[in-house]
Amino acid sequence: MTDVTERPAERPQGRRRPSVDVKTPLEERPIRTVDAPMTSPSSTTGLLEVFRRRYLLRLLVSREISARYQGSFLGLLWSYINPLSQFVIYYFVMGVIFGLHKGVENFAIHMFCGIVIVHFFNETFNAGTRSIVRNKSLVQKMAMPREMFPVASMLVSAYHLIPELIILVVVGALLGWTPTMAGIAALVASLAICMVLGTGLALMFATANVFFRDVGNFVSIITNFVRFGVPMMYPYTMVQDRFGEFAEFYLWNPISVACLLFQQAFWVGTTKDPEATAAAHLPADLWAYTAIGIVVSLIVLGIGQLIFSRTENRIPERL
Amino acid sequence: MDRPASIVVDHATKNFTLRYHRTFKTMAMAAIKRQDISDEFKAVDDVSFTIQQGESVGLMGLNGSGKSTLLKLINGIMKPESGSVHTRGRIAGLIATGAGFHQQLTGRENIYLNAAVLGMTEAETRRKFDDIVEFADVGRHLDSPVGHYSSGMFSRLGFAVAIHVDSDIFLADEVLAVGDKPFKQKCMQKMAEIRDGGRTLVYVSHAAASVRKMCDRVIVLESGKVGFDGDVDEGIRYVKYEADEDQEELENEDEELGADI
Repeated sequence: MTDVTERPAERPQGRRRPSVDVKTPLEERPIRTVDAPMTSPSSTTGLLEVFRRRYLLRLLVSREISARYQGSFLGLLWSYINPLSQFVIYYFVMGVIFGLHKGVENFAIHMFCGIVIVHFFNETFNAGTRSIVRNKSLVQKMAMPREMFPVASMLVSAYHLIPELIILVVVGALLGWTPTMAGIAALVASLAICMVLGTGLALMFATANVFFRDVGNFVSIITNFVRFGVPMMYPYTMVQDRFGEFAEFYLWNPISVACLLFQQAFWVGTTKDPEATAAAHLPADLWAYTAIGIVVSLIVLGIGQLIFSRTENRIPERL
Repeated sequence: MDRPASIVVDHATKNFTLRYHRTFKTMAMAAIKRQDISDEFKAVDDVSFTIQQGESVGLMGLNGSGKSTLLKLINGIMKPESGSVHTRGRIAGLIATGAGFHQQLTGRENIYLNAAVLGMTEAETRRKFDDIVEFADVGRHLDSPVGHYSSGMFSRLGFAVAIHVDSDIFLADEVLAVGDKPFKQKCMQKMAEIRDGGRTLVYVSHAAASVRKMCDRVIVLESGKVGFDGDVDEGIRYVKYEADEDQEELENEDEELGADI
């Protein structure tokens, strides 16, 4: 090099300041001992890794919450308007026009319970499926466990659940609802099923959505079915009356069970005689089906993780 | 000279699929016309090398020769189809100029997010936050969404975060392609610091002068294969083996540009 540099070669400290113009020979550089084994930079432990890096997960969630309604005037209010509008429509059509609320005490709460839980599940599934594509810029450029994104979507949906729960508690309390141990257990089980199943399905479809954006549309259709496939706008008794022993198959759907559990948690307590209501409108062996639902959800999560790990390698080049 | 290995690439191969047809309609048409529906090519083809801790390696090659893909393999964004890539310690750096930023978030939020992705804790980020902001020099734009940034500001911010991570390996992919002269100067200065601190540096550049200043070794990729691996000056000569007049001129310009840094 023929550069002329005016910078003094030596600093007062005696230690040579790193300079662009003077290259320290490799032999003279300090040996940085890296106390780590040689590893494959792309290997992750999947979901476990996600929970190990909670700080990053927290940032992603809060970022998603603030970004979701950015540029909209009503902002966070939309997450109430959406379920409330559904509630009004369903209540009018199912309750007032079809008269399905006859014989069901506090049908509005019965239905709102369903709307809340179905909305939570659908949001988790839908947003989770699209999460990888939506976070393109990060996925393409940064090495991180990509399971982060569906999980973050699920937590964002869970965040939006909070005000709905508050509405339920307040309205329930006005109607004489008090929390019970069984109710709390039912609530926890119900949310757990939705979280696990929703995340599992999102993992399953998220990579597919990278390859074909059609998958996102397909998932929207499935979630439409969910709305009608759970005892939300009609009581479970109706299914039992219509199908008799085949109603059992209806309960193999974990979301049906989650919905019934949620109603057990909030709706049953608001009726005049909770025990009679539970006996009349909830399946006798609800807890057995809960166990099945949780197992099924966990299996789906396992399969989802498996599919995700197998296919995620192709994600960055297809985005 | 026995330093521990920092990056070991062993017969790594990465395929890409060329997709001619994507929708059902075009695929059906292709099937009727008996055209190929897809085709593969090897972006990185049976590449092997070992980089020791503290080495500073220039990665050169023409556009599309697989440099960025190789960096993605080292970084862990992609996995090789066959062969293996192993690294030791924390990796930071920039892939293809821009960082993974979220357009709607502000510069400030993106710094935290980006740092977290690179493995920094909240306390660590807070400690280095002022340095990062000072280095990026985006002024009052710090609190506006990065989507509104100029391309120079965008990459300055990305580089600022990456370089402040306490990493063992630093990957720099054409960092100097964008950014104005004072910033380039700052980048070179900072990278020299990193190099002289004993961190491993992998530097992708087309600018021969800056590679000469920064690196002890050059690896040249040619359509995915290692074409040359060795001495810096020889490597630079190797890259320009087919240089015609125009290119020579460009390189000279480049050289000058490098010289007054």
